[in-house]
Amino acid sequence: MSRDNPHARDVMLARIRRALGVAGDDVARRVAVQRRLSAPRANTVPARASGSRTELVAAFRARLEQQSATFATAAAIGEVPALVAAYLREHNLPARIRMGSDPAIAALPWSEAPAVQIEHGAAAGSDEVGFSRAIGAAAETGTLVLTSGPDNPTSINFLPETHVILLAAADVAGSYEEIWRRLRTLHGDRTLPRTVNYISGPSRTADIEGMLVMGAHGPRRLHVILVGEAV
Amino acid sequence: MKPTAHTFPANATKALADPNLQIALGKLRTNYVGAIAAARARLPEFETLRDEARDIKNHVLAHLDLYLEEFERKVTEVGGVVHWASTHAEARALILDICRKAGAKTVTKGKSMISEEIALNDHLAANGIEPVETDLGEYLIQIRNEPPSHIIGPAVHLTREQVEADFRRLHTHLPKGRSLGEATELVAEARGILRERFLAADVGITGANFLIAETGTTVIVTNEGNGDLTQTLPKTHIVLASIEKVVPTLEDVSTILRVLARSATGQEISTYTTFSTGPRRPGDPDGPEQFHVVLLDGGRSEILGTEYRDILRCIRCGACMDHCPVYHAVGGHAYGWVYPGPIGAALNPALIGLEEAGHLPNASTFCGRCEEVCPMRIPLPRIMRFWREKQFALGRTGAPAKRAMRLWAWFARRPALYHLGARIAMPLLRLAARGRGRFHKLPQMGGWTDHRDFPAPEGSTFQAQWAKRRGGLP
Repeated sequence: MSRDNPHARDVMLARIRRALGVAGDDVARRVAVQRRLSAPRANTVPARASGSRTELVAAFRARLEQQSATFATAAAIGEVPALVAAYLREHNLPARIRMGSDPAIAALPWSEAPAVQIEHGAAAGSDEVGFSRAIGAAAETGTLVLTSGPDNPTSINFLPETHVILLAAADVAGSYEEIWRRLRTLHGDRTLPRTVNYISGPSRTADIEGMLVMGAHGPRRLHVILVGEAV
Repeated sequence: MKPTAHTFPANATKALADPNLQIALGKLRTNYVGAIAAARARLPEFETLRDEARDIKNHVLAHLDLYLEEFERKVTEVGGVVHWASTHAEARALILDICRKAGAKTVTKGKSMISEEIALNDHLAANGIEPVETDLGEYLIQIRNEPPSHIIGPAVHLTREQVEADFRRLHTHLPKGRSLGEATELVAEARGILRERFLAADVGITGANFLIAETGTTVIVTNEGNGDLTQTLPKTHIVLASIEKVVPTLEDVSTILRVLARSATGQEISTYTTFSTGPRRPGDPDGPEQFHVVLLDGGRSEILGTEYRDILRCIRCGACMDHCPVYHAVGGHAYGWVYPGPIGAALNPALIGLEEAGHLPNASTFCGRCEEVCPMRIPLPRIMRFWREKQFALGRTGAPAKRAMRLWAWFARRPALYHLGARIAMPLLRLAARGRGRFHKLPQMGGWTDHRDFPAPEGSTFQAQWAKRRGGLP
């Protein structure tokens, strides 16, 4: 990064300190910042983010439906491949899906849906249907949470026109704060997976005369297969 | 972007006479104001969240140096690179350098107001790199070679017919007889055109709504998903952000997200909120191999030590302009620089100078709606008043305004005469309005009455009503 002015950083930080009338080595300020970062505290969490699991799942679904997503429910994980195949048929979509190798979806009994052809790995421009697994959801705004990793390509969430997402009802949380707590447990403090996607409906734009149109650049359709609890 | 704020009065006159613009602005009024009010009303905690959002940003600004250091440390830890740019020119040079090293021919871009601020597209184009805006609104104005007129709806000034004409003019490889009358058809065409650009781009540049110090994460908020394709597909991702975008923790960003979308579009949350932490990791099947963050000061550190530092809390939601009667009348281009509306009137004098932007803080009725709707509780009218006072102190207040103020002051210092004058003038004006309650024309006041009526006084004077209400108490 040879073009970087080696002094630019120091100059900018010094200017900020001058404007604030503080010194860089002020211990009290450093302690205040470190404390806030090492033990993150929740601010007000909306009351709508709490409730029984059943209430949260119902609220999550209602909000995401309002944001133009569709749902199918499965009592058991084994029903998922057939539900995917049914959705593709219903919407006249090719029986070919792109997905990662996350065990939660790769280990599904795909032999139950023999017509569906599966391609693994990152999405290409020609893929029409993507299939991913959400690691959780926040009921407060009907938001799905997906994370990237070796088995979970991010491109699947945005390139195909149709996005089908598997979500376990047991993974539905109330608030964003619960999601962060869960990710800290999974990945450690003060770090995140490379990409965390909050997805709250299909892609949309209102840039032409304020009219809402679905499928701006990302998926036109978002379909959630909710597994576990009857809703 | 080259400012034209110094010609605001002429810009405004032109805008008021532009029929297309007036149609488009009418739609803005109906589309957003109601949705924003409804979204706020659905969340009982909204006012508390505003207080907390304000406090978070105040805390950050008081410790800005330390949070930036932490942010840099965490980005570096995961293999990203943070670059520091004091000026627009430095930011442009840094980005061009990264693009050149990546061997870039085309660069896709997510919507970034900082990019507009530093005029990045012109700089890239002048150096042989083609910038492609991918947010639909930004694409629409890029092909017209226009600046954005609204910070979240850059093309809000355009009608559907204008977009159709532009697409027919530019997308000549498509069949001439194709139907393009509907918004859905226009969106589908843009999707097809831009899809190829996404797949071919060498570098993706996005802005950032937030930088998170806890984890070294950058955050973008979009509805289209264009920012995600921009940053996921190319080998290099550059994030361009100004220094005040940093927030401490994931909990803090959650609080501010709860007031952002509700204030911007009236959505509960934008469709996509994406948290990016560094480049592709071992074993990742996709994502950028390089992750750069360019931090721009661009005059912000100067604001930190001033009495208008509250302006640095802004999260660029656009609510102030959606609710501003002046913005509704003249649109965004009249303001003559990147940030229009009340936020521009308060911020632009600080960023491009009072000499250039001096008209803007005067383009306000002080109705106070901007402050009422600002999710970060920025006292916009107070900051505009600060700029007006500064102009007065510098002797830059216009002669007619000074004459009028002198006349008013002369009366105000003579209460008996003032009361007598008001008591006589009120019924006369009422009579002159001939029962219509307003004037279509008034001598010497064409600047007002050419575009709207002047209300005629009704009832009794303020002093008389005040005396009555207080029952004659002193």
